[in-house]
Amino acid sequence: MLAATVRVTRDLDAAEEAVQDAYVQALTRWQRDGVPAKPGAWLTTVARRTALNVIRRQRTLQAKLPLLLMDADDGGSSGSEGPIPDDRLRLIFTCCHPALAQEAQVALTLRLVCGVSTPDIAHAFLVAEPTLAARITRAKKKIASARIPYSVPSASDLPVRIDAVLTVIHLLYATGHTAHSGENLVRDELTGRALDLARMLRPLLPSEPETAGLLALLLVHQARRATRTDADGRLLRLEEQDRSRWDRTLIAEADRLVVGALRSGPPGRFALQAAIAALHAQAPSYAETDWPQILTLYDELLRRWPSPVVALNRAVAVSMVDGPGPALAVVTALEDDGRLAGYRYLPATKADLLLRLGRHAEAAQAYRAALALSDNAAEQEFLQDRLSRTPPS
Amino acid sequence: MAQYAILIYEREAEGGQAAELPPEVLAAHEALPGRITEKGGKELGGIALEPSATATTIRGDLVTDGPFIETKEALAGVFVIEARDLDHAIELARMTPIVSGGVEVRPLLGLDFSGLTS
Repeated sequence: MLAATVRVTRDLDAAEEAVQDAYVQALTRWQRDGVPAKPGAWLTTVARRTALNVIRRQRTLQAKLPLLLMDADDGGSSGSEGPIPDDRLRLIFTCCHPALAQEAQVALTLRLVCGVSTPDIAHAFLVAEPTLAARITRAKKKIASARIPYSVPSASDLPVRIDAVLTVIHLLYATGHTAHSGENLVRDELTGRALDLARMLRPLLPSEPETAGLLALLLVHQARRATRTDADGRLLRLEEQDRSRWDRTLIAEADRLVVGALRSGPPGRFALQAAIAALHAQAPSYAETDWPQILTLYDELLRRWPSPVVALNRAVAVSMVDGPGPALAVVTALEDDGRLAGYRYLPATKADLLLRLGRHAEAAQAYRAALALSDNAAEQEFLQDRLSRTPPS
Repeated sequence: MAQYAILIYEREAEGGQAAELPPEVLAAHEALPGRITEKGGKELGGIALEPSATATTIRGDLVTDGPFIETKEALAGVFVIEARDLDHAIELARMTPIVSGGVEVRPLLGLDFSGLTS
């Protein structure tokens, strides 16, 4: 509804107000006349009419031509069918325009496409509410003053833009997936919305293999969701998770998508991540995982996306194929590189490898380093537990 | 149509002298208004600036030598275009010939510059 209204107003604030106004009108009108046959369409029509009236008033006031009415008429005169997915997609591409800072892209997508409140977004990003509100206002202002178009970009611009959109949806999922705090409700809402968006993007851009890759990646995460913690909320590692509780329907769907994405040309970073996740999901047990294949996929992923976090995850695959010694060399090199300073998973991974090599004192030291970097209670408890099980040297 | 300023930033030679522009870059600059029209936009006007060494800065009462901001790339010129939206403006701005530097696209603040002629 918001998306359909923005198409008319091209002004996010005006559209939001018009939508709220439509709900208020519905409260009184529906009580009096009964609920209309298509409540969604009724609300959209009212919101768009209200928005148009506001625009007309503003335009007359400024003695300017109502430039936008032409567009609105040719796109929206048959608008009785209500908002179509394309409208939401346009809104996503507007929010994820590369002319906006990425932090603003995520915040705007959360606010306008997912309807998450500003305080909730601020909370998810661990920033002060006024800071986030200012960020959103600035982004909205830039959309209006620079005239960022409310449209899905042309085919030639798509490869660049789709990456921003996919990244934002992925971040959205990750925001819900990684516990910043104990508020499970907000997290489920975010992962659910991210999954919806990925599903929506898929049929609308079927020729883009990365849309399949991202959807597959989210589906595998979603399939394993229930087993990530135990009954007491303690974090469980992949090798400890109860694989019988993984959602096989979601994993099968992800498999089909991954195969399709890998067949349609050189795989992108989401397709490769999804392929790795799918291999983990297919394995009957941690030990029976196809590690050589996973390592090959990581090699390719690192070539396409030379991120130190990917390199660290690859080190775990190295440890399973070549043993903890060579993996430790990889981790030590990453430590010297310095880009992951402050990233708690680096000392945690290092500690696990040292433990496997029997270097207990160094392992304990690395666990303590990881503990010092973690703010998350579940993670701290997990690391504390690992530390207490490390034999004294 | 919305109006945008395209600010051209170019690297200057030592001492703030303008680097010699290769002839093909100069030719590309001359061809730019025509190419913008072909792409459905319009160039409303353009100005080229003398090198930043010739700039004088006034800050409050203080008058000093040099440009307002010292950067490796100096503002070398500005042109104003009409475009449908930011994506269109970016498409047109991409055609600016650049030796070493880049351009900045800025929407104009509500004023009508249609009177500018190139």
